[in-house]
Amino acid sequence: MAYQHTIGRKVYKFSDLKVLLAKASPHRSGDVLAGLSASNYEERVAAQIALADVPLKRFLEEEIIPYETDEISRLIIDNHNNTSFTLINTLTVGEFRDWLLSDTTTSEILQSVADGVTPEMAAAVSKLMRNQDMVAVARKIEVVTQFRDTIGLRGRFSTRLQPNHPTDDPRGIAASIIDGLLYASGDAVIGINPATDSLNEVGNLLILMDALRQQFDIPTQSCVLSHITTTLELIRNGFPVDLCFQSIGGTEKSNASFGINLALLDEAYEATLSLKRGTVGQNVMYFETGQGSELSANANLGVDQQTCEARCYAVARRYKPLLVNTVVGFIGPEYLYDGKQIIRAALEDHFCGKLLGLPMGADICYTNHAEADQDDMDNLLVLLGVAGCNFIMGVPGSDDIMLNYQSTSFHDAIYLRKVLGLRPAPEFEQWLIRQGITDEQGNLQSKRNAEIVNQMKSLWMK
Amino acid sequence: MDEIKPLDDTFLEQLKQFTAARIGLGRTGSSIPVKRSLEFNLAHAHARDAVYSELNLDKLVEVLGEFELPVLQLHSQAGYREQYLQRPDLGRLLDEESASLLESQSKLNDVVIIIADGLSATAVNHNAAGLFRVLIPQLRSAGLSIAPICLVKEARVAIADDIGHLLKARLSVILIGERPGLSAADSMGAYLTYKPRPGLTDEARNCISNIRPHGLSANQASKKIFYLIQEALKRKISGVNLKDNAGALEDNTVTGI
Repeated sequence: MAYQHTIGRKVYKFSDLKVLLAKASPHRSGDVLAGLSASNYEERVAAQIALADVPLKRFLEEEIIPYETDEISRLIIDNHNNTSFTLINTLTVGEFRDWLLSDTTTSEILQSVADGVTPEMAAAVSKLMRNQDMVAVARKIEVVTQFRDTIGLRGRFSTRLQPNHPTDDPRGIAASIIDGLLYASGDAVIGINPATDSLNEVGNLLILMDALRQQFDIPTQSCVLSHITTTLELIRNGFPVDLCFQSIGGTEKSNASFGINLALLDEAYEATLSLKRGTVGQNVMYFETGQGSELSANANLGVDQQTCEARCYAVARRYKPLLVNTVVGFIGPEYLYDGKQIIRAALEDHFCGKLLGLPMGADICYTNHAEADQDDMDNLLVLLGVAGCNFIMGVPGSDDIMLNYQSTSFHDAIYLRKVLGLRPAPEFEQWLIRQGITDEQGNLQSKRNAEIVNQMKSLWMK
Repeated sequence: MDEIKPLDDTFLEQLKQFTAARIGLGRTGSSIPVKRSLEFNLAHAHARDAVYSELNLDKLVEVLGEFELPVLQLHSQAGYREQYLQRPDLGRLLDEESASLLESQSKLNDVVIIIADGLSATAVNHNAAGLFRVLIPQLRSAGLSIAPICLVKEARVAIADDIGHLLKARLSVILIGERPGLSAADSMGAYLTYKPRPGLTDEARNCISNIRPHGLSANQASKKIFYLIQEALKRKISGVNLKDNAGALEDNTVTGI
């Protein structure tokens, strides 16, 4: 179906919903690279005005990517919950935006409609929202998940401790883990990006983290971010797998380029669940996403990168994940050029994910060829903190020496907790207090640190 | 006084031997102390400057003069750095003038060597000459013919496909600046492609990465490149199917340049 809007004497026509969504997207380099972007400012706003008038119901009738050829389209349509949709099924996209922001639309109401919102509806409405709108709505939505601790409670803010090392040296990784724990990092997960996908090396890292966790009785979970097929092998071989990780895309074709599909994800989910290693809950999946990954795999199928990204969340929510992380600035300036584009994209992803009921975190990050620096990341950190983001990364001094990009530091998380009055996951917070790492108010104590490091010596004295 | 004198985490010193990660930074309040903060800024400044650095053409032409090889100066379709960063597709294609220059040159050669800025011209300015001084004599002593050396601005790895094809070379080697990291802003990569032609993807290439004084030395790099060139020409393949039998090469493909 075609859409149009007239401004003065100029009639802007959009051949279908896919084109309308792309043209209505705030400017970003990836959509220009894909040849999907609006050609000027007026066309973009014309598309937004036309989009505002599209009924939400329309998204159930007009598929962005055909049902027949894409299993994620099938997942979206087949799992759409009409009961949850009842409350909003008469609204247009524009009315939906106003409804989301309304004072009478409470946290509980937003939670109740999550299963009635499709990724494309979420993407569409975000295109009519400013950064502050996305912060305001996301802040209302509390998504809580559990494994060995409870992540996402209001007023709480967690971190993934990311102790990467270019050669996976267990002692080097242990050194970064210890540093991070002393900075109160790691309540979302201690998660390593391995340099290799070798079963034994990855397995040894799992054993290392599990031994540390058990020795100090740390209420958190560990994860090596290997390909899902490696994780399945690790499970079969009896390694201590807490969480199953996978990068996911928003089209069947992009997932094929990652070497995955829904059947494989189903299998890995069931296998991880069967281990029953969680103590307070059984959210066992950890997903990563990021705008532009579909285009970089030549699998965007003419869909703008933010809508593609929202479609990833349909995949994610099938598996009730513990953590979903949008790795927003990692992909480079050909997709998100500068701090402004990275910040907007992160807020979109966080908002869309939360609206769809996901425990969203963000890797607040940039590469050295992007027009961004620490100041941009500081801005985004505060924005996501206010928006109620579940977790961010904790990397020693912001410098990931394995992946060669800059993320948030242990210090950044401490700063955010302090300025916004946020606290770690409750179980982890109690552990920090017991260890003397923080006091009851969350202030770093640093008094017992030398003693703790001494106790951890078994990790590298071999 | 705690608030003024940063906590220095000296008890973590023993752990620093195991990793180059920025551990044990200490803190003032919740922040990184000024000395460490400025160290980070300096590393980032070097990386940023590298991204916007330019090929030192005069110096490169002078060095290449030692080998009495013709030198061609080329440009991609990316007109300027900001466009280059946002349009990798344009960085993979030669502009019209460059393409016609190559067409007028075309004759059969074994190897074409291309020097390109990529994401760090600094890397190439620092490391290309040293590598040339080892590699060119090796190629010559093996009796391989060498096409005119191509210097290309605003280029991505795949521009070697266009160049190699137009020069009718059996094999292309492109030396190109890698994406600068905080630990090294001058790391050069070498990508080798057998039978270069438009439309190839990363699977068709072999990559030698991290060429710099504190990484892979010119001698080590040259040895690996020379080995790969011989194998590729002998077996008429490159890329994932060209494995390292000697065990001397890592089988890595760096993408994104």
